[in-house]
Amino acid sequence: MADSAQHRNSIRSTVSRLLLVVACMFAFVFVVMVPLYNVLCDALGINGKTGGRYEAVSAEVDTSRTIKIQFVARNNDDMPWQFGPTDKVIRVHPGELGSTTFFAKNPALQDMVAQAIPSIVPARAAAYFNKTECFCFNQQPLKAGEEADLPLQFIVDQALPEDIQTITLSYTLFDVTDRVASAN
Amino acid sequence: MSEHHGPAKGIKRWIFATNHKDIGTLYLWFSFAMFIIGGAFAMIIRAELFQPGLQMISPEFFNQMTTMHGLVMVFGAIMPSFVGLANWLIPMMIGAPDMALPRMNNLSFWLLPFAFTVLLSSLFMEGGAPNFGWTFYAPLSTTYAPPSVTFFIFGVHLMGASSIMGSINIIATVMNMRAPGMTYMKMPLFVWTWLITAFLLVAVMPVLAGAVTMMLMDIHFGTSFFNAAGGGDPVLFQHVFWFFGHPEVYIIILPAFGVVSQIIPAFSRKPLFGYDSMVYATASIAFLSFIVWAHHMYTVGMPIAGELFFMYATMLIAVPTGVKVFNWITTMFKGSITFETPMLFSIGFVFLFTIGGFTGLMLAIAPADVQYHDSYFVVAHFHYVMVAGAVFSMSAAIYYWLPKWCGRMYDETMGKVHFWIAFIGFNIAFFPQHFVGLAGMPRRIPDYALQFTDFNMMSSIGAFIYGAAQILFLFNVIRTIVAGKKVDDPQVWEGAQGLEWTIPTPAPYHTFTTPPQVK
Repeated sequence: MADSAQHRNSIRSTVSRLLLVVACMFAFVFVVMVPLYNVLCDALGINGKTGGRYEAVSAEVDTSRTIKIQFVARNNDDMPWQFGPTDKVIRVHPGELGSTTFFAKNPALQDMVAQAIPSIVPARAAAYFNKTECFCFNQQPLKAGEEADLPLQFIVDQALPEDIQTITLSYTLFDVTDRVASAN
Repeated sequence: MSEHHGPAKGIKRWIFATNHKDIGTLYLWFSFAMFIIGGAFAMIIRAELFQPGLQMISPEFFNQMTTMHGLVMVFGAIMPSFVGLANWLIPMMIGAPDMALPRMNNLSFWLLPFAFTVLLSSLFMEGGAPNFGWTFYAPLSTTYAPPSVTFFIFGVHLMGASSIMGSINIIATVMNMRAPGMTYMKMPLFVWTWLITAFLLVAVMPVLAGAVTMMLMDIHFGTSFFNAAGGGDPVLFQHVFWFFGHPEVYIIILPAFGVVSQIIPAFSRKPLFGYDSMVYATASIAFLSFIVWAHHMYTVGMPIAGELFFMYATMLIAVPTGVKVFNWITTMFKGSITFETPMLFSIGFVFLFTIGGFTGLMLAIAPADVQYHDSYFVVAHFHYVMVAGAVFSMSAAIYYWLPKWCGRMYDETMGKVHFWIAFIGFNIAFFPQHFVGLAGMPRRIPDYALQFTDFNMMSSIGAFIYGAAQILFLFNVIRTIVAGKKVDDPQVWEGAQGLEWTIPTPAPYHTFTTPPQVK
């Protein structure tokens, strides 16, 4: 029995099917898990990730509600830039265009490139916080000693759940100078 | 019979080994060596934690010790030990002459010494060994990792390849090489649990390989899977890791379930209660293990619906696990029980594993977990299931099958002494950790607040006792092989059931060259 051709073939087919499973599971990580995670985070607004550029649609301003928007800025790791919101808090009505700036200065002796990563608390509000203009859409290069006011414009959607009165928008500034240099 | 030939002589027997018994022996000795090394790391950790403050080692080295202890024990000691057991026993239990793929078997073993040489050599490198915990969360393991992380990644790839080949071999053997009449529902439970474990391994080891590959690409090739600056997300790492990591804990414990399901009936002199339900429970646990991974991540900021789903799914695992514990106890009920060493370890397993299961249920409660998270309560929990679960059942297995393997009986008194020292030492070491954990002592920190001193001293003393018991174990095993009392009864244990007890003792080099007929 142990040496019959039929027996060998059945072992061979078991093994090849299992190898296929292994290959599929390896591919599954890259092809399914990573994109699915990003899609789910976008769709459900979990992790407080905000979407890309929003095209403003004409909509009524809901003056019955006022939403407090708080701005927080922090530097990742040992990023040396001075970075902070010009306004700590502003109040907007849902549907109204809000506008503010963040201040950034590169005190280092060399030119640097930064990338700001936004995050929203409560995470549920992320899906309703639409940015029409944000410095976080692009990398921000500043020459040594240069400073800049970075613009931010946003609209809070009228459909924002009633129980949310305060939204905190946080930016973490990452140093991506090496990353940009190695990409070029 | 002329085709019967003995093993090759000398070192070549082991380097070119294709015999399932030789490879099983290699796996078992390798895993014991790793168990001693990983245990030595644990002793260093407990010595440092004997008192608050920093006495013996630097915090950096402490982090390397916790990391290496976890990695060596999980991937070097527990997993290969059960693969070794599978190699020895599965062909003998299903009436097969050998594993289906003997040469691949050789490769899958011989990858391991290289994988662990690569991993352990990082201890002597500049910047030190990996220091980010055995869960190697990004960005600790990417942006902030020591340079040796690349060696760690390569080591994980090697041991992953080894596990995948080992489990493909086991599945191919069980599916194709059963003796005539050995239907699936007649297979011993150890074979069943290993079959299911092997499927888990085939499904999730590639995910681990994917996780470390993404780390490698983030570190060296400028990708941003886990780097927020480039649009990635460190939380993604935790999802990928635990998608592997949770099935992994069942990979470790399911073969242990199989072992005690063989031993408890033998010493209760009754057939296993609820064989079918044991099989279905094992399969349910394996299925559920894929949908509970995020219960390791309650504090990362999941939506409430996610927390609820993972909480209920996790608690559901208690049902099939409860079926198993119920069946073991019912098997013992009204049996004519004798308490030889394998049975002592098996009962110790059932008792302590159940405690670990209960603390697991506590940890599954999402709102309560916020307090337990990353505390010593977690450490106590998983050592109750990993040590009192996997390692106790492994000790039981060695005492139970060693006489069959080498034809010599171990010293029963020494075995019982080993059990009691291990049992008492284990509980002194880990029970107090529940208390310090609930009181707020964080894990993986070399120093602690003064009020935790007494319990930590107890814990360290218990750990030293438990460590010493393993030296006794090693001595007993070597003494048995060299000078144990000879046994030649094929049965060895009067209550033992299964094909492996029908062949002569000690087990000849080749068994079941003509398949037995199973009624």
